[in-house]
Amino acid sequence: MQGVVERESFLSEHSMVEIAREIEIPAADVYGTATFYSFLETKPTGKFIIRVCKTITCAMKGKTQVLFAIQDMLKIKMGDTTPDKRFTLLETNCLGWCHKAPAMLVNDDVYTELTPEKVRDILTKYMDKNGNFHN
Amino acid sequence: MSKKVNLTINGFPVEIETGKTILEAADSQGITIPTLCYHKDLCVAGNCRVCIVEVTGQKRLSAACATPCEEGMEILTNSLKVRNSRKHIIELLLTEHNADCTKCYRNGNCELQTLASEYKIMTQDFIELVPLKKYSIDAYSPSIMKDDSKCIRCQRCVRTCAELQGVNALTVAHKGDEMKITTFLEKHMRDVVCTNCGQCINHCPTGALVEKNYIEEVWEAIANPKKHVVVQTAPAVRVGLGEELGLPPGTRVTGKMVAALKRLGFDSVLDTDFTADLTIMEEGTELLTRLKKALVDKDETVDLPMATSCSPGWIKYIEHMYPEYLGNLSTCKSPQQMFGALAKTYYAKARNIEPDNIVSVSIMPCTAKKFEAWRPEMHDSGYRDVDYVLTTRELAILIKQAGLDFEKIEPVKYDRLMGDSTGAGVIFGATGGVMEAALRTVYEIVTGREVPFDNLDITPVRGMEGVREASIKIENPVEDWAFLDGVELKCAVAHGLVNAKTVMESVKSGKADYHFIEFMACPGGCLGGGGQPIPTNPEIRKKRAEAIYAEDSSLTIRKSHENPEVLKLYKDFLKEPLGEVSHHLLHTKYTKRQRY
Repeated sequence: MQGVVERESFLSEHSMVEIAREIEIPAADVYGTATFYSFLETKPTGKFIIRVCKTITCAMKGKTQVLFAIQDMLKIKMGDTTPDKRFTLLETNCLGWCHKAPAMLVNDDVYTELTPEKVRDILTKYMDKNGNFHN
Repeated sequence: MSKKVNLTINGFPVEIETGKTILEAADSQGITIPTLCYHKDLCVAGNCRVCIVEVTGQKRLSAACATPCEEGMEILTNSLKVRNSRKHIIELLLTEHNADCTKCYRNGNCELQTLASEYKIMTQDFIELVPLKKYSIDAYSPSIMKDDSKCIRCQRCVRTCAELQGVNALTVAHKGDEMKITTFLEKHMRDVVCTNCGQCINHCPTGALVEKNYIEEVWEAIANPKKHVVVQTAPAVRVGLGEELGLPPGTRVTGKMVAALKRLGFDSVLDTDFTADLTIMEEGTELLTRLKKALVDKDETVDLPMATSCSPGWIKYIEHMYPEYLGNLSTCKSPQQMFGALAKTYYAKARNIEPDNIVSVSIMPCTAKKFEAWRPEMHDSGYRDVDYVLTTRELAILIKQAGLDFEKIEPVKYDRLMGDSTGAGVIFGATGGVMEAALRTVYEIVTGREVPFDNLDITPVRGMEGVREASIKIENPVEDWAFLDGVELKCAVAHGLVNAKTVMESVKSGKADYHFIEFMACPGGCLGGGGQPIPTNPEIRKKRAEAIYAEDSSLTIRKSHENPEVLKLYKDFLKEPLGEVSHHLLHTKYTKRQRY
C-alpha cells in the first residue's frame, strides 16, 4: 500500500480492489487498514501534502495560529486540496518533534518550530519552485 | 476427563474446567457479569470493558470474557472498585451514544439501555460528545439501516459478518475517536457485498443496525377498505414469535399467530409452507431432470451439483462471490416469491379479486427477504409480487400495538386456498429441512416407496454441524426412473455463509461429488434468521429447531407431494411441475455481481 501511495500519491478504489484481489482479503479490510494510517491517503491529493501535527504539544505551542496562516494563505480548509491540485492540507498524529513544536511535514520534508511568518515563507518556497503562485 | 481449577468468586469456592473464562465460571454460579461486546456466537474481543472484575493481587481490573480461570484466583465481581469502574465505562459509552431512547427502534430491547438502567446512570459526569461527531445514517438498503450515532463500536457486527458469514461487508476504519464501523470506501450497504442476511442486526447490542421496517405501510394497507390484504407466514416465524411476546424459546405458536393476524385485520391469513411444498415439487423435478440429462443423455453441460435457492442471503452471496456458479442454482424462486406470484394470479382469480387491489404481505424470519421482494425480476404476476416483508420482530410490534393478549388468544387454523401445508413445508425453517423435504418427495417419486428412515425422519441431514453430508442409494426404481437404479444420491447441507464458502470451495476444487446441496445463509437456517427475535444464540437456535421438528411430527401429512392444495393447484392452474405456467411464475434468473 505504501508502494502504491509512493507512485500514485493515494489509494484509488481501483488499487484497493486490486490489492484485495491479489492478497485475497476483503476490500473492506483494505480500506479499513488504509484509513487507520495517516500516511495512506484514500482520496486524491495535491502534489504537496501538508501534514500538520495535531497532537497536544504542537497545539500548546501555537499550532492553531500556524494552521490559520496556512488556511488563509492557500484559501482552503483542513482536508481540502487547492483547485490547482498543488497543495492538500491534512492533520497527522504525532511526528515525534514535540521538542521543536509545532511541526509539520510537506511531503517527506519536516519543518519545525513553526510560526505564522515562518510557515508563509516555507509555502512560498514551494510555490515559487513551481511557478504559478498568484495571490 | 479434563483438568479442573479451583478458585473463589466473591468468596465462594468454585471448581471449573481448565480453559474456561471468568465469565463462564461466574455464569456457572448464577452470577451474571454484564457484557456488551461478548456474544456466544462470536470470538472474544474484550473491547467494551463492561465485564471487568477484580482479581485479588492484580493491580488492573480484568475483562471477565477474555480472562481464563487460573488455580487459586480470587475474583470479585461486585466490589466497590468494580462497580465504580463499570459505571464509569457505561457513562463513557453513553457520551458517544445517541441516547434518544424513546425514538429508537430498539427501545425496550437494547443491551446498553438495560445496562444504563441497571446501573442507574442518572447524572452526567462526562462531556456529551454526540453533538460534536459527524455521525451518518445509511437508510438506502431495502433491508438494513445503519445509524452510526448509536454504535458503541463493540464490533459484534464486524465479527458476525466475518466469522459467521465470511462476507466482510463491514470493517473497522479510521482510529481513535474517529474510529467507526463502515463498509468499503464507506459506501451505502446496498452498494457493497452485503447479503442483507441481517445477522449483524441480530447481533447488534444497540439500535445501530436495525431492519428497514414497513410497519406503517402495512397498517395503512389494512386500513384501506379497497385493499384485500393477504399475509403469508414463513415456517420459522411460528417457532420464534413467542419469544418476542413473553413466551420461552421453542414455544410453537402457529395457531395463536394465525388468530392474531386475523385480529390485526388481514383479510386472508395463509402459509408460506404451502409454497414451500410447491418449491419441493418444482425443485425436486428440476433435480431429477438435471440428473436425467446428465446420466441418460450424457449431457455434459448440465450444471451439477444443483444448489437450493430458497435463501435470499445465500443467493446474493453466490451472486457476489461465485458468479460463475449461478447455473448451479435451482431456478426455483423462494417460497415467499412463489407465494407472491400466485397470490396475484391464481389466488386473485379463484377469489375473484382484482390483483391490483391485493396487497401481499409476508412475515419472514429474514431481512434479506425484503431485498428479495424488491428485486426487479420479482414482478411476474404483472405487479410487485410481494408488497411488504415484515420480520418476526415487526409482527410482534404489530401485535403489541393492537393490544392483543397473545397468551390468552385462542389458536385457529390458516385460511384456505394456499393455507394448507405439510410437515415437509414446516421443516424448511431449519437447516437441512429443504434437503429432508426434497428427499422425502424425490425418493418416493423415483422408487414409489417412502424414504428408508424411521418415521420419515432423515436424521443425517439434521443438526447444527456447519456442513453435513448424506447419501441415499436408489434401488428398484419405478420404470420412468429406471436409469437411477443403483445411483447413490449424494447430498450436502451448509448453513451460515462461512460454511457455504467451505462447500463452494470444495465444489470449485473438484473434490466434492455432490448431486444436491442445500445452502442457508443464516446459522441454524431460517430459525436463526436475521429477522428473528433478539437475542438469538446457540441454545435458542437449538430450542427453535426442536420446535420445528415437533411441528413436523405433529402434522398428519408430512410429504410435499401429498399436500392436497398443491395437487389442486397443479390440476387447476399449473398443470405440471416445470410446465409453462410454472416457468413463467415460479422460476427466476440471477445476476452476476462484483466480489469487491
